[in-house]
Amino acid sequence: MLRDQDRIFTNIYGFADGGLDGARQRGDWDDPGALIARGRTVIVDEVRKSGLRGRGGAGFVTGLKWSFMPKEVGTRPHYLVVNADEGEPGTCKDREILRHEPHKLIEGSLIAGVAMGAHACYVYIRGEFYRETEALQRAIDEAYAAGLIGKDAAGSGWDFDMYIHRGAGAYICGEETALLESIEGRKGQPRLKPPFPANVGLWGCPTTVNNVETIAVVPTILRRGGDWFAGLGRPKNTGTKLFNISGHVNQPCTVEEEMGIPLKDLIERHAGGVRGGWNNLLAVIPGGASVPLIPKSVCETVRMDFDSLQQAKSGLGTAGLMVMDKSTDIVKAIARLSKFYKHESCGQCTPCREGTGWMWRMMERLTVGRASFEEIDLLEQVTKQVEGHTICAFGDAAAWPIQGLLRHFRPEVERRVRESQSAGARAAA
Amino acid sequence: MSTADVGTAAANEPFSFSAENIDRAEAVIAKYPDGRQQSAVMALLDLAQRQNDGWLSQPALEYVAGFLSMPVIRVAEVATFYTMYNRAPIGRHHVQVCTNLSCWLRGSDEIVAVCREKLGIGFGETSADGGFTLSEVECLCACVNAPIVQIDDDFYEDLTVESMRTILDELQAGQTPKPGSQIGRTSCEPIGGLTTLTGGDGPRGDVRSTGES
Repeated sequence: MLRDQDRIFTNIYGFADGGLDGARQRGDWDDPGALIARGRTVIVDEVRKSGLRGRGGAGFVTGLKWSFMPKEVGTRPHYLVVNADEGEPGTCKDREILRHEPHKLIEGSLIAGVAMGAHACYVYIRGEFYRETEALQRAIDEAYAAGLIGKDAAGSGWDFDMYIHRGAGAYICGEETALLESIEGRKGQPRLKPPFPANVGLWGCPTTVNNVETIAVVPTILRRGGDWFAGLGRPKNTGTKLFNISGHVNQPCTVEEEMGIPLKDLIERHAGGVRGGWNNLLAVIPGGASVPLIPKSVCETVRMDFDSLQQAKSGLGTAGLMVMDKSTDIVKAIARLSKFYKHESCGQCTPCREGTGWMWRMMERLTVGRASFEEIDLLEQVTKQVEGHTICAFGDAAAWPIQGLLRHFRPEVERRVRESQSAGARAAA
Repeated sequence: MSTADVGTAAANEPFSFSAENIDRAEAVIAKYPDGRQQSAVMALLDLAQRQNDGWLSQPALEYVAGFLSMPVIRVAEVATFYTMYNRAPIGRHHVQVCTNLSCWLRGSDEIVAVCREKLGIGFGETSADGGFTLSEVECLCACVNAPIVQIDDDFYEDLTVESMRTILDELQAGQTPKPGSQIGRTSCEPIGGLTTLTGGDGPRGDVRSTGES
């Protein structure tokens, strides 16, 4: 188990002051000028050495992403955009950073700004997070007043401005190019890539979009060294991670743990165990709604990191675990997620716009078994026609939960169809 | 009483920002580079909605479009794309129940039932006195505090049937219920006692200086 002294988010529960004084007591803003003075190349190299992978779901190597920004700032300014449009069902980690550790995010933004040549940063916060926005704005105001950001930020000679842009209720804006569209004042519909944001991003300028948690861990990585971070977790899956454990556990909670912690340990040590005991476990969705569920048999041994969960045909995603015990109507649960995707599809690509509605209606029928056996296969085929055939990954995210259900619980789906058919036959007789 | 009759701002009532909101709007526009004032459209629609009893009338859309030198259709696209913009009159309190998976697993069906019963309305409806609008919303992302309801700008977390009932009682009596966890949690910590951050310095953790590990 991770030692307390290796945890980054020591105020994640908000027991202490989240303001500047409290943050300084926890080691934030300790001579940021010295970190900045190391220079752009050294900062990027240190983050690469740490092995940090993006915490927003996709898990792309952060240092590598930063290195895609043009080396020299030309006529177009560079922008850092922080993705705080937390919306993935099962995920509530960025909210706690915004509320209780905002200075880690601000200091990290400054350092990341230096590392990519950006003098301005926009933080895109989902509209529902009104109080969280207030908390971050308070912290930004404090940082300006203390000279930590703004002109000659922290005496480093680097000018750095930070602004909040509030969303207004659209899950798709968590997709980075939809988010950029939204900041530009339009509907949040994803852009085709290429060009990638590092070349053509916000207002056509070089832009990097990073998740809140990714940026917030950067100052600690630089202070304690990339090797320290890389020494935690497992190869290519390094460091610490905020996990959210919700659903049928005795003590739902958020906890910072080492990457690669066994899923079972996470639930038993931190979340008080599965309601009714481990043997009452049915399945877990390990990384937010968009990743396929895994049944208890896989949960016994799987580790919570990118590569382990990918091998288990699921994913770490945002590391929001939704735990379901044996009382759960698993078909209805996945149907609820299908309803979510139908509601949130931006409508731009036909396979997704039409497919999410179709898949949801089919899932609703399967919940009560009102379908033929052939339609189960048809549903699976349709998920594969949506997956990979859209501009952004939303189509994949809508398809995967259903594929996971059919992979692991097909007998349950068939049982409902069989029972519905025989009930129909009895009624007819 | 139909929804259209509810709310004090009539659909065609002229709209313009208050002096205070003009200042706020100018401050928002200043966050973006010169010539990029369209970026302020979401914030200005929010200001307009708050000033206009919680919803965006056609005159309000047109006013925001004029304020930002945008075609009205571009503003309308934004106002209809994002779910937090209300295009019809709305009750004084907007009760938004999350029914997504984490909340559903923790009993959101019962929370929905209490809201329906107490307010006498279903999803998308406004109570006859104009006091409440009830909505079903997607994940609010406070999942370890499920089930959750957002009322206006605040989250009410760790709800039970009883606490939901109390919250609605208080709102109906004109009081302001205490937001956040209804079972006494500070935030997202495990209710049965901390499993981390229990070290010598307590939950604040250690203080470390640059370069020391």
